[in-house]
Amino acid sequence: MRKKTDGQTLAKLFFSMLYISAFTFGGGFVIITFMKRKFVDGLHWMDDQEMLDLAALAQSSPGAIAVNAAILVGWRVGGFLGMAAAVIGTILPPLIILTVISFFYAAFAANPYVSLVLKGMQSGVAAVILDVVCGLGGDVLKTKSVIHVLVMIGAFCATFFFGVNVIYIILAAGLLGVVLALKQHEKGATA
Amino acid sequence: MIYLQLFWSFLQIGLFSIGGGYAAMPLIQAQVVQNHPWLNMSEFTDLVTIAEMTPGPIAINSATFVGIRIAGIPGALIATFGCILPSLFIVSLLAFIYYRYKKLSVLQSVLASLRPAVVALIASAGLSILLQVALGGQTLAAENLNFIGLALFAAAFLLLRRFKWNPILVMCLCGMGNLLVGLLR
Repeated sequence: MRKKTDGQTLAKLFFSMLYISAFTFGGGFVIITFMKRKFVDGLHWMDDQEMLDLAALAQSSPGAIAVNAAILVGWRVGGFLGMAAAVIGTILPPLIILTVISFFYAAFAANPYVSLVLKGMQSGVAAVILDVVCGLGGDVLKTKSVIHVLVMIGAFCATFFFGVNVIYIILAAGLLGVVLALKQHEKGATA
Repeated sequence: MIYLQLFWSFLQIGLFSIGGGYAAMPLIQAQVVQNHPWLNMSEFTDLVTIAEMTPGPIAINSATFVGIRIAGIPGALIATFGCILPSLFIVSLLAFIYYRYKKLSVLQSVLASLRPAVVALIASAGLSILLQVALGGQTLAAENLNFIGLALFAAAFLLLRRFKWNPILVMCLCGMGNLLVGLLR
């Protein structure tokens, strides 16, 4: 695959990611669908199964899903240069758009009409986030795993009521996952 | 020095936000509102609103927004770089392991335990935004309550949860609704 790292492939990779990133609203899962359409169905750079595996990896790694997916696809198609082209293509649109918005934000937020609209949209944003939480929390409850439900309640209380550092909560939950995996492994070994 | 602080803060955001999308939000809040006086809660809520309305990952959007406000365009670039640096290493490492062994059972177990914690953290961040809407940073008392904001929230939540409306449309409607009420008063 590395032999394909010519300028044309890199340019294609860069502009594909630039385009996808500039027009994808709605987070990481949506962008992966667009990437599949482009790289699997359009350019035939990889097959369905590989794209699904890359998507799973992108979701399991820390960081933004879109950036992770760009790293994986870029690396797969064009090695280090491919990765650089894909990542730069992915981050350029939000970088430019937010730069423009930042320069106008102060004047923007000071305008009474705009500030009314922004205030109203804050209600909407709270609803969007809590709607997502209901969906995700429902999925956790559906697993019927007592430990996971306890983790959810414990983590919520720790951060919301006691202000425990978010990073410690994530580390603790990750550590618990390692312990559970080792226990399961042990059980598998003795059985 | 400020560049180093920005870099370090967003490196932590990039390193610990697992699960995509909203998972970064509580970490961003912790770094830029609680650990550093870079944004107040109202500005942070505006930032989440803007990030929601524009394409691109919320972590990258925040890195640009906060970076520019604190240290101009170099600040934005450094914060963004800090944010994606952990991904570059960890994704490459995981991809290597994956292509080698094609099985990631320990990783899957870790993720299964992380997920409920991440949901809880997102819930907490969402509730603090709702509190910001309801009280605007004031103490809890009936006269401080923003009833219009709460009514808009309830309507938006119903449209999203029950009728599965498009989030961006719902947010725009909330903005317009508040503008209308404000103009009429």
